[in-house]
Amino acid sequence: MSDSIAIELRDVVKRFGDVVAVDHVNLQIRDGEFFSMLGPSGCGKTSTLRMIAGFELPTAGSILIHGREMGITPPHMRPVNTVFQSYALFPHMTVAQNIAFGLEMRKTPKDEIARRVKEALELVRLSGLEERRPRQLSGGQQQRVALARALVNHPEVLLLDEPLGALDQKLRKEMQLELKSLQARVGITFVFVTHDQEEALTMSDRIAVMNKGKLLQVGTPTEIYERPNCRFVADFIGETNFIDGVVIGRDGNYTVLETPEGLRFRGLAVRPLSDGTQVTYSIRPEKVRLLAPNGELPPNGLAGTVMTVNYIGSDTRITVRINDRRTIDVWEQNTRSTLDRDEYWQPGEAAVIVCPPDNALVLSE
Amino acid sequence: MIKTAPATTASARIRGAFSEGRLTWSGLSLTVFSILVYLFLYVPIVILVIFSFTRDEFGVRWTGFTFDWYIRLFNNPRMMGAAWNTLVVATVSTIVSTIIGTMLAMAMERYRFRGRNAMEGLIYLPIVVPEIVMAVALLAFSAIIFDVIRMVTGEVLRRNLATVTIGHIAFSISFVVVVVRTSLKNFDRRLEEAAADLGADSWNIFWRITFPLILPGIIGGALLAFTLSLDDFIISLFLSGPGTSLLPVEVYNRVRRAITPEINAISTLMLLLSMALVALSQLLQRRR
Repeated sequence: MSDSIAIELRDVVKRFGDVVAVDHVNLQIRDGEFFSMLGPSGCGKTSTLRMIAGFELPTAGSILIHGREMGITPPHMRPVNTVFQSYALFPHMTVAQNIAFGLEMRKTPKDEIARRVKEALELVRLSGLEERRPRQLSGGQQQRVALARALVNHPEVLLLDEPLGALDQKLRKEMQLELKSLQARVGITFVFVTHDQEEALTMSDRIAVMNKGKLLQVGTPTEIYERPNCRFVADFIGETNFIDGVVIGRDGNYTVLETPEGLRFRGLAVRPLSDGTQVTYSIRPEKVRLLAPNGELPPNGLAGTVMTVNYIGSDTRITVRINDRRTIDVWEQNTRSTLDRDEYWQPGEAAVIVCPPDNALVLSE
Repeated sequence: MIKTAPATTASARIRGAFSEGRLTWSGLSLTVFSILVYLFLYVPIVILVIFSFTRDEFGVRWTGFTFDWYIRLFNNPRMMGAAWNTLVVATVSTIVSTIIGTMLAMAMERYRFRGRNAMEGLIYLPIVVPEIVMAVALLAFSAIIFDVIRMVTGEVLRRNLATVTIGHIAFSISFVVVVVRTSLKNFDRRLEEAAADLGADSWNIFWRITFPLILPGIIGGALLAFTLSLDDFIISLFLSGPGTSLLPVEVYNRVRRAITPEINAISTLMLLLSMALVALSQLLQRRR
């Protein structure tokens, strides 16, 4: 992965009538990167992708591909190709004709077209289906044809608009890994739009999280998951416990907050926060530890009562009530079998939860 | 036989007499009714075809089989001339109205522009305007145009095949627009985006993607225009000049004198042609 920039968005705005779909987005996507744009539907991720492809023009701001200002360059003149959510395969053409289309448009010699179509089909493991029509293929196969049709043109950047959305769960997982390894092999920059956070975490080198047209955070999957910079990102990626309170001071590296009922929590703040700021404390359920009470509370500990215990195989999800208004979710990995009832948590049992401050965040809006 | 669904109200009421899923009174009456409707529609046509082969020269009694009327028809220069005129007019007006109609449908389906709503209403007007009104209007209009041409160039023009063709184009366009727009509505525009994304300019997008995919609609529109032109009577009567009459007009002129099996024969041939056209369009659409 080199450090040169494949795509740059400078203060891009897109308005549809009164609706601001993309709101002053600045973004740099590096060469050879698997870059995901993640967010709920309507967050502006697809609009952003469509502006890079040239299907929409920005209301303001500029888009550069490898340093070249795109301006009003129409889609067919841009060095990018798109894999559409619906695949958009040409129904009146065979698989081979679909894949050859882009090369024909670029006046590639016939023998080279034949060679490259063959290579592309091998790349997506569809050799032998050249003469099929799109409607004779399964969803997964259509997906691969769409991929081959785009990749055969050796685009500088490949744009993928929720390409796995129409596949069933199992196929989806397979295609995630396949796409990832394909990207590593061809070395082309992938810009991947998805609303599925797990998919984004699995596949991406970096992720941009968007909501309501705004770019909230850009980072590696670990950064996004472990150090979300705001409440929305912490909520959208994975699961977390939220506790609202106000900042009451600092304790070394940690920021301390207090809830209305007087509970105190310590965590890392993304940016310096002055006392009295309204904040949200966030700790992921798998970061919380659950101990048997032994008389005194450990540091960062809280006494509580086990409410529910849900076994889901790989881990057990326990809800602990810490006062009449609050519960905290704890996920324990099942390193031992939970069949032994004496060894495992039972509803109604007293317990102590420990929230390690290094794994907890203090987020402002 | 028509089987009625077990839960229909009519069959439910009389279920006591008949067991479920079996023939019921409502089913039986529906069957009989359907047969009667089809007889009503097709008996006259079947009789027409049969009596084109009778030896009886008034064509009303069956006195034996013969191809004579067809042979006589092909040796009748007036009939053959009218048939040829009709084919020429239908072909030319179909080609022109299909091109104009398709372009119009594309414009109205794809673009927002000033006056689009007015156009929307006006384009369908020729379909609902009584044909006689259309014919009178076109006749009067052609007279004015001829007057103008005579005053400007001194050239004296008369109504001929061209005036009929223009008239047929005028009413066919609306029908083509209706049919082509339906297929444009069902056309997935993301395919055009995909083509643009793959480097196709608007020329290639249209000819490689849009056109092949809406072709069944265009063929449908063209066939409709062709059949409308083939059997048009009123506009053809008003707008054709002396010696350039079309087949339906010619048939009418003959019928006024006497119904002969020759008329049955030409009608049968026209029927065959229309059926062949419909079959052809079905075949073309099934192939894709």
